[in-house]
Amino acid sequence: MNEAAADGRQRAISLGLTAHEYELIIERLGREPSEVELAMFSLLWSEHCSYKHSKLLLRTLPSEGPRLVLGPGENAGAVDVGGGLAVAFKVESHNHPSAVEPFQGAATGVGGILRDIFAVGARPIAILDSLRFGEPASERSRYLLDRAVAGIGHYGNSIGVPTVGGEIYFEAPYEHNCLINAMCVGLIETERLIRSAASGPGNLLVLFGAATGRDGIGGASVLASAELGEGDEAKRPSVQIGDPFAEKKLMECSLELLERGLLVALQDLGAAGLTSAACEMASRGGVGIDIDVACVPLREPGMEPFEIMVSESQERMLCVIEPSQLDAVVAVCEHWETAVAPIGEVTAGGIVRVLDGNRVLGEMAVSALVDDCPLYELQPQAPAQPLYAPPERVIASEDPGEALLALLASPNIADRRPLFEQYDSIVQSRTVRRPGQADAAVLALPPREGQTPGIAISIDGNGRRVAADPYRGTIEAVLECAANLACVGAEPLGLTNCLNFGNPEKPHVAWQLCESVRGLGDACRALAIPVVGGNVSLYNEGAEGPIYPTPVIGLVGELPDVHRAGRLGFRTEGDRIALVGDFAPDIRGSELARLGGTELPHALAEIHIARVAATHRAVRDAVRSGAIVSAHDIAEGGLATALAECCLAGGLGAEVVLEETVKPLRALFGEGPGGFLVTGGDAELRALGEHITLRILGSVGGNQLTIIAGEARVEVTLELLREAHGSLAALFD
Amino acid sequence: MKFGVISFPGSCDDVDARKACERVGEAVALWHADHDLAGVDVVVIPGGFSYGDYLRAGAIARFAPIMTEVIEFARQGGYVMGICNGFQVCCEAGLLPGALLTNVARRFVCRQVTLELVNAETPFTRGLDPEELLSIPVKHTTGRYYAPPELLARLHAGGQVVLRYAPGENPNGSLDDIAGVINEQGNVFGLMPHPEHAVDMLTGSADGLGLFRSLAGALV
Repeated sequence: MNEAAADGRQRAISLGLTAHEYELIIERLGREPSEVELAMFSLLWSEHCSYKHSKLLLRTLPSEGPRLVLGPGENAGAVDVGGGLAVAFKVESHNHPSAVEPFQGAATGVGGILRDIFAVGARPIAILDSLRFGEPASERSRYLLDRAVAGIGHYGNSIGVPTVGGEIYFEAPYEHNCLINAMCVGLIETERLIRSAASGPGNLLVLFGAATGRDGIGGASVLASAELGEGDEAKRPSVQIGDPFAEKKLMECSLELLERGLLVALQDLGAAGLTSAACEMASRGGVGIDIDVACVPLREPGMEPFEIMVSESQERMLCVIEPSQLDAVVAVCEHWETAVAPIGEVTAGGIVRVLDGNRVLGEMAVSALVDDCPLYELQPQAPAQPLYAPPERVIASEDPGEALLALLASPNIADRRPLFEQYDSIVQSRTVRRPGQADAAVLALPPREGQTPGIAISIDGNGRRVAADPYRGTIEAVLECAANLACVGAEPLGLTNCLNFGNPEKPHVAWQLCESVRGLGDACRALAIPVVGGNVSLYNEGAEGPIYPTPVIGLVGELPDVHRAGRLGFRTEGDRIALVGDFAPDIRGSELARLGGTELPHALAEIHIARVAATHRAVRDAVRSGAIVSAHDIAEGGLATALAECCLAGGLGAEVVLEETVKPLRALFGEGPGGFLVTGGDAELRALGEHITLRILGSVGGNQLTIIAGEARVEVTLELLREAHGSLAALFD
Repeated sequence: MKFGVISFPGSCDDVDARKACERVGEAVALWHADHDLAGVDVVVIPGGFSYGDYLRAGAIARFAPIMTEVIEFARQGGYVMGICNGFQVCCEAGLLPGALLTNVARRFVCRQVTLELVNAETPFTRGLDPEELLSIPVKHTTGRYYAPPELLARLHAGGQVVLRYAPGENPNGSLDDIAGVINEQGNVFGLMPHPEHAVDMLTGSADGLGLFRSLAGALV
């Protein structure tokens, strides 16, 4: 190897490519790559852009369904919700930038997922977020939490899109690698959905939005494709800076351009900036593209061409238009005070050329950049030793009353109000169920045929249970989301996911990933829910080891009449309380086991997905028909915690008797899928019990929660329950 | 009865405000860069972040082209309602007394709050029952009402405090629990709660509708 080649290889490795990948690039080009070319290859062949460790696995997921209108491969997936409307949605991670700079990391995470949604033409109508931090006892965790929540609010509140739901867990394995996943849901007339495929040689490539600067050079793609470690402070300049006002104008501008029919194709600029956007558009359209970096509006002088091509400056969009429409496009952009510049054109032949005026700086086959990145087979191996240290022991007492209060105060269960009050959940006037009112968010759609239909949205993923059993834990995450939808009366239409895992080159992480995706596929097939798209975030680990494997599931469903959307809180004194479903509580892997410092189990209990799905259908139908007054699924903290949550949400006490007498702690606090607490009239509940396993436990009333389980007796006033449940407020003082 | 709702590029609740107005009358959008009020009877300055509000909420918006017309319209007795960011803009523009400061908790707060009607004799509140409490949401970071002591005393004495957070409900540390004030002439009203998000039980409450109805009634 000559000196120049050795230099090139060194540079390639410093950009994150392997020596072998560099050889492949030379082979495809038939020569050494230029500086710009190498920069572009290194980004498009990064894990973040190429999915080279996960693509083969993701292909196993079901992505077909009668209601699917836009599947994986576009900026976001979409499902038909009737009335000529479609709902587009996607969840995406912004983990590593947030671990380095939580405010901007989280803010731009929201900004990025919003762009994905309006890139398909849909108006963003809801944001949800899924957060993971270390234990709140750690000062760093509290700092990350405080700044990340502020960043999400800063962006979502300022742009006028409601944050309607979310979930959060605090566990030690996230201490050094927090997770910030954001989901966005958009609404569009189905026939107006726009794709990102460039077409029509001679058509113009137009960049609009913010000017391009040096911020975020290699941000997402560099940060997100390697483990976190020492010296991450120095990576702060790689974190992008968000400007929600610029995005608001960009969003309105994009939607008006679409409304006026001025666009051939539209694509947002995210990770890997112009490089990724242009090459993806060319690849999807089977065309080539010429880009002149001299035409790109810059924020600062003297930027190198490669910097322009890889900059991850936020709030930018790329579109393809017919040349005759340029004046009209410029006029719309000017109305929205958004900068606009034609920067190139579509060409025939599948070659991307990077020009600086007349100088050709790079010339590569689009397919080499987008399709030829080698895909790696994972080498999974189940770990022989436990991967995770047991959680710290927090409670010692076996007293069920004390256990209940400890569970309610646990940061994984405590009232989320101190968080969600920092988000605008009502702008756009669609929010029928706000955070804390029901198990899933409910948004109203335009009325039709005398009814007001709606959609329900839920996001979930308990990493600790996935760590205990990646296959069953992931099935549980899907079932949990579906259960949340059932509680408001909604039927799932489509699923998006963000797979947050450690370093896939390590056999035990590869095993977690393979098992988890197998569980995801099995759950989706059993419930007949298509996966409409998603995101993979790997290398979430540091010197302390990997995070809990965390597949975050986002589910969108429909309900025919939002006036009948379910609520979780008890409503009326005297209503009967019933446990619905074949609920088989198990203490292993539960929140109580965590508080007791118990090691993770080697496996979770077997799940009968079909039986759980039948319970979901029964609950959903009962909510829709109005037969039941409230519905809440039993999740972390088990039956007793669910009862307390229903009491607090409704401001009413309850008295119930459980059959279990041998192991009262298991009956009270054991966890598992498939159990619901519903209330209603005695006759209505008995009628429901003719179709599904149902046991009447007691009645709503009074100002305390009383649970009798054999010898065990829990008796706690609402005031004490509320005080314990309010523990998160202290984190935001 | 024709409402005009201003849209700044960073307005968030402009569409919601138009929909609320449409429940009691006609509503049109007014664009920030225009110098035309389209002959409306009421100007609504809605919630949001007018021009990003990176400087100080409403500080730039008061210089918007359309604000020249709004200020003139108000001088001539035209009805102006500033909601949230609109309230901030009205204070910055000198249309309303006092100022809005960052919440005591220094955080954004979105919460359904209970309000007391202090003055039911304004064109904005005449249709409301003075005994009824109102449930209307707030959502803001900069909503702590402040006025110097002498001014505050004058506002109380002159019936210019129109809405007050009910005891224990003050979400931002506003002086004397003030949620909404009116100018001396009685034609410009600003409030931090969002009545346009309380016009339908389906989305939580319909208690804000009375404010829009009162206005519509005032002009009949």
